[in-house]
Amino acid sequence: MKILVSAKRVSDPNAKLAIAKDGKWIEGDVEYILNPFCENAIECALQIAEANDGTETVAIGIGDDETARFIRQGALARGIDRGILVSADEEAIDSDLIARIYMGVVHRENPDIVLLGKQAIDGDSNQVGQLLAEYLGWPQATFASKVEVSGGKAIVTREVDGGLETLEVTLPAVITADLRLNEPRFASLAGIMKAKKKPFDELEIDDLDLEDTDTKVQVVGLSTPSGRKAGVIVKDVEELVQKLRSEARAI
Amino acid sequence: MSKVLILAEHDKGALKKVTLNTLAFARQYVAKFGGSYDFAVLGHNVAGVAEALRSYGAGVVHLVDHADLAHPIASAWAKVLADLAKSIGADIVVGPASTTGKDVLPRVAVRLGAGMASEIVSLTDGGAFRRPMWAGNLMGDVKITTANKVISVRASAFDAAEATGGQSPVTAFASDAGLATARVKFVSFDGVQSTRPDLTEAAVVVAGGRGLKDKFGAVTEPLADVLGAAIGASRAAVDDGFAPNDYQIGQTGKVVAPQLYFAIAISGAVQHLAGMKNSKVIVAINKNPDEPIFKVADYGLVADAFVAVPELTAQIKTLRG
Repeated sequence: MKILVSAKRVSDPNAKLAIAKDGKWIEGDVEYILNPFCENAIECALQIAEANDGTETVAIGIGDDETARFIRQGALARGIDRGILVSADEEAIDSDLIARIYMGVVHRENPDIVLLGKQAIDGDSNQVGQLLAEYLGWPQATFASKVEVSGGKAIVTREVDGGLETLEVTLPAVITADLRLNEPRFASLAGIMKAKKKPFDELEIDDLDLEDTDTKVQVVGLSTPSGRKAGVIVKDVEELVQKLRSEARAI
Repeated sequence: MSKVLILAEHDKGALKKVTLNTLAFARQYVAKFGGSYDFAVLGHNVAGVAEALRSYGAGVVHLVDHADLAHPIASAWAKVLADLAKSIGADIVVGPASTTGKDVLPRVAVRLGAGMASEIVSLTDGGAFRRPMWAGNLMGDVKITTANKVISVRASAFDAAEATGGQSPVTAFASDAGLATARVKFVSFDGVQSTRPDLTEAAVVVAGGRGLKDKFGAVTEPLADVLGAAIGASRAAVDDGFAPNDYQIGQTGKVVAPQLYFAIAISGAVQHLAGMKNSKVIVAINKNPDEPIFKVADYGLVADAFVAVPELTAQIKTLRG
């Protein structure tokens, strides 16, 4: 079995963001982390591989040398077998083109499962897994909180509005990870050393035989939302009730 | 002139309010760009949902009722919805950014060759779609460059649309989910049993954090009872098993904007704020005065939640007689 798993870097959610001069993306000394949902996907891939002998795991990232570093440190150092970097300007591609780049890699690698984070916490679009599944004509199980693989099928429990849904998908399939899927392991020192020697391919988008590299969605402007002002600190419950009643008229 | 196709959301044969929030966006879109809107009702034994939508001013309510569609399997729903959009010449498909909408709509976009914008909160004057990015720390204005468009709508950003009277015709559309259902099978649904209002529809939300520990229910439920409120939770409280996943409010959970929001023992991480900071009135109760939740709260009470919340509950109960 072969599993392809995503390794996307995102800006640190606690960093202060500055809007670039062209108003279309962020700029400055932004700290990056591996997308938390990709960490869950990577952990899930490792657990499936550990339970199924002969499983190969491959991490894919799109970007530049910095992204390559995240593929090595975030995925290979944790135990993923090899890495693939597709060179592209991360800021100039949309969810649709990312999905088609993944599709191109899937056509080269023929994995049984593609495991992705359910969303990247910078763009927050929550689209790529679903787009990829449709481009491939594969079934999908998004927002997974439990994955069991056996006999060419995956039983996936999904976090949905109102509760938990369980689906059975026949492989190959796309699965996207939610946060409660697992507790991602840390890379060991030995893992970090090994990661440097693991196979690592660098591809250009042109290598992937896509029909075109047009985007369908463009960010034309960024702005800071109007902030909320801190209100008042009340001294006790009685004052809170009184203010909620007579001032806010909320109860 | 645009033709908008709105995916209706329903639960066990009852129309969900998020459909009407989504309709509010569709009406704004039609007011700006001209055209009309239709509804798409997908499911099994859902004629009642179509009937309930007849008085909302749609050109047509399309009903696709088939056993294959009983559960919202994304590949099947996407195929049927895209086929319907093509057959009626819809150039924009919109649905709520619920877990069903998030699951289904991107696949519709691929089938229509459309670009998709997620979780739209408004239309800008220039006709761009405005959406929160980076956990809502920045707002992005996006343009979709394809002729066909797919949009998911953040329900909490739009007031539910009102009925306009009239009787839109209900037209059956023959489903052909076909092979789209072949490799995926519904196994089970483990629903959260609740008599409380839906979290995304409630006027009052009582949300608790990890600090409430195994007293999560004991603290939040009595207050929610007196206020007729829904109960929500921070991610940490859900991760630690004190509250079900369906309760999670935040960037990657539910986004709510009630009239009144109680954040109890919630620190206010950016990911949580992303899901509730547009609430009308925010009350924070936390024993640590330095928590970031106090920076967005209209009323802050620095107190031990285990003491303050039962007292608050009792006082409101007395007040309401």
